[in-house]
Amino acid sequence: MTPFQYSKPTSIDAALALTGPQARFIAGGTNLLDLMKENLDQPEHLIDITGLPLDQVSQTEAGGLLIGALVSNADLAWHPLVEQSYPLLSQAILAGASPQLRNMASTGGNLLQRTRCYYFYDASTPCNKREPGSGCPARDGLNRIHAILGASGSCVAVHPSDMCVALAALEARVHVQGKAGVRQIDFADFHRLPGDSPQRDNQLAYDELITAIELPAPQFSQHSHYLKVRDRESYAFALISVAAALELDGDNIVSARLALGGVAHKPWRNPAVEQMLQGRAASSESFAAAADMLLADAKPLAHNAFKIKLAHAAIVRAFTEAAATGVA
Amino acid sequence: MNTLKPVSGQPMDRVDGPAKVTGQARYAAEYPTTDLLHGSVVSSTIARGRVRHIDCEAALRLPGVVAVLHHQNRPKLAGEDEQYEDADSADGSPFRPLYNDRVLYSGQPLALVVADNLELARHAGTLVRIEYETDAHQTDLLAGQAHPAPAELPKPRGDFQQAYDAAKIRVDATYSTPIEHHNPMEPHASTVIYHPGGNLEVHDKTQGTQNCRDYLHSVFGLPKEKLRVFAAYVGGAFGSGLRPQYQLPLAVMAALQLQRSVRVTLTRQQMFTFGYRPRTVQQLRLAADAQGKLQAIHHAATGQTSRFEDFTEHVVEWSGMLYQCDNVALDYRLVPLDVYTPLDMRAPGAALGLIGLECAMDELAVELGMDPVELRRHNFAESNGNEGKPYSSKALLDCYSQGAERFGWAARNPQPRSMREGHELIGWGMAGGVWEAMQMKASARARLDAHGQLVVSSATTDIGTGTYTVMTQIAADAMGMAPGEVTFLLGDSALPTAPLQGGSFTVSSVGSAVRQACEVLRGKLLMAARSCYPELAGHPAEDMVISEGELHAGRRRYPLGEILPRSGLEAKVVCEPDARRDGYATATHSAVFVEVRVDEELGTVRLGRVVSAIAAGRVINPKMARSQILGGVVWGVSMALHEETLIDHELGRYMNHNLAEYHIPVQADFADIDVLFVDEPDEIVNALGSKGVGEIGIVGVPAAVANAVYHATGKRMREFPLTIDRVLG
Repeated sequence: MTPFQYSKPTSIDAALALTGPQARFIAGGTNLLDLMKENLDQPEHLIDITGLPLDQVSQTEAGGLLIGALVSNADLAWHPLVEQSYPLLSQAILAGASPQLRNMASTGGNLLQRTRCYYFYDASTPCNKREPGSGCPARDGLNRIHAILGASGSCVAVHPSDMCVALAALEARVHVQGKAGVRQIDFADFHRLPGDSPQRDNQLAYDELITAIELPAPQFSQHSHYLKVRDRESYAFALISVAAALELDGDNIVSARLALGGVAHKPWRNPAVEQMLQGRAASSESFAAAADMLLADAKPLAHNAFKIKLAHAAIVRAFTEAAATGVA
Repeated sequence: MNTLKPVSGQPMDRVDGPAKVTGQARYAAEYPTTDLLHGSVVSSTIARGRVRHIDCEAALRLPGVVAVLHHQNRPKLAGEDEQYEDADSADGSPFRPLYNDRVLYSGQPLALVVADNLELARHAGTLVRIEYETDAHQTDLLAGQAHPAPAELPKPRGDFQQAYDAAKIRVDATYSTPIEHHNPMEPHASTVIYHPGGNLEVHDKTQGTQNCRDYLHSVFGLPKEKLRVFAAYVGGAFGSGLRPQYQLPLAVMAALQLQRSVRVTLTRQQMFTFGYRPRTVQQLRLAADAQGKLQAIHHAATGQTSRFEDFTEHVVEWSGMLYQCDNVALDYRLVPLDVYTPLDMRAPGAALGLIGLECAMDELAVELGMDPVELRRHNFAESNGNEGKPYSSKALLDCYSQGAERFGWAARNPQPRSMREGHELIGWGMAGGVWEAMQMKASARARLDAHGQLVVSSATTDIGTGTYTVMTQIAADAMGMAPGEVTFLLGDSALPTAPLQGGSFTVSSVGSAVRQACEVLRGKLLMAARSCYPELAGHPAEDMVISEGELHAGRRRYPLGEILPRSGLEAKVVCEPDARRDGYATATHSAVFVEVRVDEELGTVRLGRVVSAIAAGRVINPKMARSQILGGVVWGVSMALHEETLIDHELGRYMNHNLAEYHIPVQADFADIDVLFVDEPDEIVNALGSKGVGEIGIVGVPAAVANAVYHATGKRMREFPLTIDRVLG
């Protein structure tokens, strides 16, 4: 760990005033401290934002929810409004990490988790995400846990968050404040694909702070399911995860949402698949068709072809479970 | 009668429990001392080559950085291989830290940064720049050249090939197991306290303080009187502390060079830079007659080793001793690679070899259409075929029957895929296990003071297994005292000589010495008492107990102060295995029954339940022993389903070297584990009748899990661990 300066501002403006290319915001620190200890990130300045007034969950005029960036993952997962109206989000959060980590980790920080690619995590190996231009040993190396969708020649890493997969399916919006003012980013646009600049995980500028996540009015509180398939039952990142949500009229699908984790540099979603499901029967045939369509462009690496088969089965399973929830 | 109820056989709580849960127990990296310096190890990033240049300038410029030690500025080290050997060495040239410019493996320590505090040392370590001259490396077992292991294998018996060719029923299967790392909770660490005059007080994470003392003596040419190595508490080791690990000589180098106290703690990533369980490929060929009698066994294993040492363990021997078979051939080969030397890890060899043997036995049972338990009963061996000696005891048949009964095995439908619940196929599998019941020479001292406090000591360790407690129980019973008045000391190289703590032989070796020392001391006490009080001459010895500073004989009490010299009474013994053992084979055995639940679409394998039936002689402390078996079962399941150190052969480097990506099971992966100890009287193994339980719990478990997965799915997987990709593949 490199020595750093530490500040704890009490207002957003004061926090933003301290930003710079070598400064990092820190809330729970559940990922950043690891990165610093492993010498993967060497910030010169830590801006502790836990003193900022961003820890509330409130209802919006549109009937949705505004979640402060500092609400802990645990508090969010167990929040009555989330449990009742967005069970998909609650389930996804509880599928991640461990109770200790969820107590510390913040909503905003969860969006900024960095990949668990073995090579990214070992400072002595090349990695385009860590050191642009140094190469990607994962492409031809150990890539069992890597991407099957949206990867590039320079990076095959996957985004590690569970919560973000649910937020993608729920079409959340990210509220951001920077020196230049405030803006909102659609969740689908927040994280990016690696392309030739995998060092950038998302659209956030270094002088911007996530202040809140906004959820639209609940649409899928009756029929949703988060399925996470991993190497052990807890405390492991997803090999494949599926956020599946359905709005049903009897057995017919009024609208559907589908996002995958563990497959790409960002939570993977294709609205065309969801449109295809509209009006179809909530049957395993429909769900398999959705899986086929979503995975049509999947490309395996040497060790992760199983992920395509697994993702297919997981999508059908998650939709089947979603359709069955709330049905007595 | 004045008898105390014996505490051996009772589930006594850990005597060190309160110290551990209140934080009073200090581990190697927790000993405070004034002006302590902290070392941080800089590790190689290439697998093979030479160090061309080490640039320490940026590190040394930081205020508070005291030194950077490397091969060009280190203190003088021994020059002969023998001087680096230790009590658990492999054949060859032991690794010499910071010795020269050669890089032998990725992760090799190349420099030690010493600074005023740990954070600074770590930071400065990242500023050390090393230039390499890189050579081509090979880290893949399958790509290397094998040579016969320098192991004394049992000679072939009968004629394997002829019997195999002639047999009706045959199995020929190849299994592979991955590299696994010990990863005890406590990382390896050494605190070296530099005393005036150059005496070194060393607190080390080790399974043998005298092994470390002797190593430092020969590597640094320091007189033994100037060295004292302690390991009062060890936070798990599993074999990783059997050899002195490199943090110890590095810390001593810095202490000698700087004449200061120094602590070196390895990072979790560096816990992957020394010994480990080697990758193996094992071919099993079994043949049986139509009634299921084994006709031929061939077990051929290939394991990896380093280029500098040939690490051998008992992988294949078990196949010549667990079952009755007249035609047996065993073969064991090693492939030297650009990696560190493997190291004993819980049930070394057996945990691996029994995967091959017990999976193959399951395959044979399927070929025969025979129940797997019945096949094993049918081939039960009364004697060890490798040695031609009868077993001192072998209650394995009871393990089969009592384990099966507890599990409900009788209800098993042999047909694979015959049980299903929701999305999950359910399978029941079993396997047997075996481990040697060894005894080593050990010594112990027992000392009783006039206040009636008994202190017993031996230079063994307690790696979390319960040695403090069990030795206290043995001493209390042998002395005729309550355990509350007994203190057992260990983990100090100045105490009476003890072997390394490993191989499940501590109770047998040190326990026997403790018992003997206490018996001798009790004899001395009674003799002294009888000379003081002639009326005691006729009093039966077994009716005398020691309590609250008094000798109780019938209704009379005699103050120890009147009997003992002011300095107290002492007895020291050196205890060797009894000659009676020579005519017998001695071993522990187990039968493990496992239920798994397999979701074929998602590729997940969940544990349903486990029954482990153990035959290990007399159990001194059922609570500690059960914990040992529980830990063994958990690790066995981990070997079956989770654990694998991944190596990138292009880089020659372990890549999942952290506890997020190196998967061991978590609580959520576990269900009920039912442990039962079958009755196994043994008058031969040692006076305690106890065989030790540290290893046996893990042996056979991975095979039982894999056999259960086969029963669930009808799919035979021979590549371990059975991860999702393999289940789906």
